[in-house]
Amino acid sequence: MPLLSVKDLRTWFHTRNGTYRAVDGVSFNLEAGETLGIVGESGSGKSVTCYSIMGLVPQPPGRIESGTAVFDGVDLLRCTPKEARQIRGKRLAMIFQDPMTSLNPYLRISDQLIEPLLIHNKISRKQALTRAMEMLDAVGINDASKRIHYFPHEFSGGMRQRVMIAMALITQPELLIADEPTTALDVTVQAQILELIKRLQKEFNMAVIFITHDLGVVSGLCDRVQVMYAGRIVETADTRALFQRPRHPYTRALQQSIPSLQPKGARLFTIPGMPPDLSKPIPGCAFAPRCTFAQPKCLERDPQLSECAAGHMQACIRVQDGEI
Amino acid sequence: MADTILELSDVKTHFPIYKGFILRRQTGTVRAVDGVSLKIRKGEVVGLVGESGCGKSTLARTILQLVPTTAGAVILGGRNLSSLSARELAAARKDLQMVFQDPYASLNPRMTVFDTLAEPLRVHGICTATEAPGRVAGLMEKVGLAPRFMQKYPHEFSGGQRQRIAIARALALNPAVIIADEPVSALDVSIQAQILNLLAELVREMGLTLVFIAHDLSVVKHISDRVAVMYLGKIVELGDASTVIERPQHPYTRALVSAIPTPNPDIERSRRRIVLPGDPPSPIHPPAGCTFHPRCPHVQERCKLAFPPLVHHDGREVACIRVGEI
Repeated sequence: MPLLSVKDLRTWFHTRNGTYRAVDGVSFNLEAGETLGIVGESGSGKSVTCYSIMGLVPQPPGRIESGTAVFDGVDLLRCTPKEARQIRGKRLAMIFQDPMTSLNPYLRISDQLIEPLLIHNKISRKQALTRAMEMLDAVGINDASKRIHYFPHEFSGGMRQRVMIAMALITQPELLIADEPTTALDVTVQAQILELIKRLQKEFNMAVIFITHDLGVVSGLCDRVQVMYAGRIVETADTRALFQRPRHPYTRALQQSIPSLQPKGARLFTIPGMPPDLSKPIPGCAFAPRCTFAQPKCLERDPQLSECAAGHMQACIRVQDGEI
Repeated sequence: MADTILELSDVKTHFPIYKGFILRRQTGTVRAVDGVSLKIRKGEVVGLVGESGCGKSTLARTILQLVPTTAGAVILGGRNLSSLSARELAAARKDLQMVFQDPYASLNPRMTVFDTLAEPLRVHGICTATEAPGRVAGLMEKVGLAPRFMQKYPHEFSGGQRQRIAIARALALNPAVIIADEPVSALDVSIQAQILNLLAELVREMGLTLVFIAHDLSVVKHISDRVAVMYLGKIVELGDASTVIERPQHPYTRALVSAIPTPNPDIERSRRRIVLPGDPPSPIHPPAGCTFHPRCPHVQERCKLAFPPLVHHDGREVACIRVGEI
């Protein structure tokens, strides 16, 4: 049985300007200990998918229209708040892009680090502090007994991200959701944080969902990747298979537009146009208006994910018809 | 060099730190740019890379004289910009334009595309009011925007389109040099490719000289002829972009190159990564000697004595005394 099973998730935002279908029918499974990468451009619904699982979608304007997210037998989208609290923050943790705004500037990190422990475990404050110092040590913050009393502003960006990771992992979660945790960091610091996540994942045998727009980060870290476009999954495969032989035209286009994969100075492949307006109904394939392979039938038939090789699913009807 | 268009000679930009209000006194100095020399040829694309805080943006602002130079000279077409009067400088900026990182913040939300693009033309008296719409339409076409959007406001455009407007504004005066400070960092990959193609085209067609600042080495390698790697206000490696990025010599450049994740799982999983310990040190109290020594995997006692000068080695300039032995 998978650790997390998301089925037909639809999260829409009802605003004055219309209904935005941010996530529109997303299904995937995640096994214990697995690393799943979710890739897509801004607005593709990768963050909203994870926010829905974590119960972080502001309601209103957001609403979870349909779907289930079953974590170890409990549907996180339907269960009572009490049941959800026993899972979220304890067995399911999340880290965010900007460590500057996701730590409370008024509290010493000691108070922020032990909060999940005091809530979820029957543990004294003193024991919790000892545990917090061990965690700081594990994420590579030296001199933990002194620095645990610092405020967030006394740390650099990379160090703050380490504090966030320590805070997320202090309850030893089975699943960590990382929403672009290295986007705001410099490459050398990014390398440190990626190594850290890899090491801790092995140590704690935890599953990771890694949201990013950087295909490079995914290629080194993830077992499996799913590519999202306009609120849907368009392709999902084993990382190696996806990079070696991307099938969906959008994945191919994304790969071709990365400078490091092209000969120097060559004209980069560009995807014409812009992502669709999610507040308007989209006939057929959402990528069709920008796709070089599009045909009239792409706008008529609603594409569905189907398997094109073992463990490799994609949603282009022309690929499914064997035409490209 | 005869065709040098922009020359930086030992440029230093320091910011004083003050303490106190009534008894205000200077307690320190941020050495943001600390002795940069660089000659840029006409039509060349020079990439400037480094981590946040290394002084690359301050250097860009210094070239434009948006911040005063503490020492050294910025020479554009034979004229020392730091010695010009305000009026002369305003006129000289016609040849020197800038594109900023965030296209959401660098355009005035209350000005239409036409207002934005016509303003530099008006300020410098390039054309009459009746000619302006034609000029603006031409500029918009040059950057791939339809002139029918002339009366629209920035919020009606996407990030990539806004960056095109910012580029058109920089092009309006037909400048000799454009400085682009992280022009694609805020954009998605597919949009990033469009803007990079556009810049490459403009350089080719208009003979522009481009100083391209970025932290993404793969982007810099793609577009630049030469690349300068900065660390804590100084250039540590300078040379042909492919040479430097494919065979880096300075330990910092090596770490920087090895830190970039490659979108190829086979390479990414097999290669050895150099993970630098710690964060870049503060430019207020830079370490003695080579500023990189506290994080350098090849450090020796003699590295802590003096900052090494740039020396010629293997087809590029490197500032490391151990170059050749490591």
